[in-house]
Amino acid sequence: MLPAPLGWLKRPLARLQGVSLPPILAVQVVTGSPLECPMWCMFSLERFHAHYGFPDFFSCTTVRSCCWKVSPFSSPSHCILTCPLCLLGSYHCSLYIFSFIEKGLGEESTLRPLYMDVQATTPLDPRVLDSMLPYLMHYYGNPHSRTHAYGWESESAMERARQQVASLIGADPREIIFTSGATESNNLAIKGVARFYKSRKKHIITTQTEHKCVLDSCRYLEAEGFRVTYLPVKRNGLIDLKELEDALQPDTSLVSIMTVNNEIGVKQPISDIGQICSSRKVFFHTDAAQAVGKIPMDVNDMKIDLMSISGHKIYGPKGVGAIYIRRRPRVRLEPLQSGGGQERGMRSGTVPTPLAVGLGAACEVSQQEMEYDYKRISVLADRLITKIMTEIPDVVMNGDPEHHYPGCINLSFAYVEGESLLMALKDVALSSGSACTSASLEPSYVLRAIGTDEDLAHSSIRFGIGRFTTEEEVDYTVQKCIQHVKRLREMSPLWEMVQDGVDLKSIKWTQH
Amino acid sequence: MAASSRAQVLRLYRALLRESQGFTAYGYRTYAIRRIRDAFRENKHLKDSEEIQTLVNKARTNLEIIHRQVTIGQLYSTQKLVIESPENTEII
Repeated sequence: MLPAPLGWLKRPLARLQGVSLPPILAVQVVTGSPLECPMWCMFSLERFHAHYGFPDFFSCTTVRSCCWKVSPFSSPSHCILTCPLCLLGSYHCSLYIFSFIEKGLGEESTLRPLYMDVQATTPLDPRVLDSMLPYLMHYYGNPHSRTHAYGWESESAMERARQQVASLIGADPREIIFTSGATESNNLAIKGVARFYKSRKKHIITTQTEHKCVLDSCRYLEAEGFRVTYLPVKRNGLIDLKELEDALQPDTSLVSIMTVNNEIGVKQPISDIGQICSSRKVFFHTDAAQAVGKIPMDVNDMKIDLMSISGHKIYGPKGVGAIYIRRRPRVRLEPLQSGGGQERGMRSGTVPTPLAVGLGAACEVSQQEMEYDYKRISVLADRLITKIMTEIPDVVMNGDPEHHYPGCINLSFAYVEGESLLMALKDVALSSGSACTSASLEPSYVLRAIGTDEDLAHSSIRFGIGRFTTEEEVDYTVQKCIQHVKRLREMSPLWEMVQDGVDLKSIKWTQH
Repeated sequence: MAASSRAQVLRLYRALLRESQGFTAYGYRTYAIRRIRDAFRENKHLKDSEEIQTLVNKARTNLEIIHRQVTIGQLYSTQKLVIESPENTEII
């Protein structure tokens, strides 16, 4: 290679350093650059455009940081594709090289972001997929068909899955009903129990930090004439047991409190609540979608009467869930879905065998892996929190640090806007609140309920760590997060004022 | 059938690790390798031949599961994660 002036290296070097550049279409050949004696290939311009359209920018797959240039040749219908840094010695045929060309703006556009949002959903465990496939391909019978082998084998698979779900939570298989997910289970529990006992009991208690489906069901029941008490939570996200006891009335039929909150990861004192409810003869429902399979749950020790389980939060398939309904003492409920009386009359409709088998397998795997996963996730969570908090000041963790599921970390970065931080962290899939409220621009109602200031509520990000999260992913996320928070704070006038010692709460913001 | 010898267990261990390298998905690949190593390490002190046999059978079933899932993953593979690109790890 001839010694070349460094000018022609500017672009590839800049890309190596991660600086983004405007796209190019053609360049001048610089004297002394390898382009003068290039490794090149000649091709038909028409065929190129037919294949690849009119992209601005290509990257070479052998040396990712170099850029390909399209420069006109002597003939109007042919041009040269040259690669200044690529040291391919051979003369490639155009079609061969085309198979390597990537369109688009290069850099990370073709690489997938890291997944750190396990509270929204989880990937399928390979063992779960393996158990589901035979029922999707060969054993496709309806489990409620009593007359032939297809029905019998499907039914036995469904019952086996029911047993697997039941053994995870310490229940009897007859107490498990398959539903389409935790939302349906929550609806069934709240509306079903309330309506069944409505002649004598008209009061329901829940909290302000529940999942949207629970709050919405309660609001619907209010319109039907029930009274609902929404218990406030303390600053750390836990409910006050004394307030719960005071809120219980003689005509309370149901108390519904979620085990692990999906936004801040707080673990409510379920055993204590169960104790209070059973002593006052009130049914206790818990939305355990985020807790089942991650922390040990036992419906008899914790005195739970109804529990909602979600398939896609425990590395199972989406579209399936279960509800646990206690039989001793019997909890009666009015079914939401009428039909052929499947699932003990409580949820009519064909049980989706492959999904139910997947849920069962996911529960079994979770039962075996619970301890191992919990230990690993705690270590990774500590690593993430310690690294972030030692590097950047003014970071608040939302939720009680002790009664907390380690895999759900909600951090508020002061003086940084949450959405802009999420946009900046484009290589990591994160969220700032629950998926069902992410469409609106309002800060999360959970953070408002725990009393965070408006500005901190807008700056919160939720990090999710799961079974498949690696140390490298956590380190990468932490590094990018620190980098972008520092960058965004540099740009923030509020941060400047804080550095100068101004107390932001004392400022009177006036309109112009 | 005679109780599983040390050589058999080691052969199984190596086969499991080698099979798991075939996962195209980063999360599955790293999880499988990590879990296999930790599981074998955890149980290396066991002496009861019955227990060892149950675990060996479990490992054999898992080997088949991994083999099937690796094949399916390769049929439906997609792009790599940002963290798998050598550029990104260099910058760190």
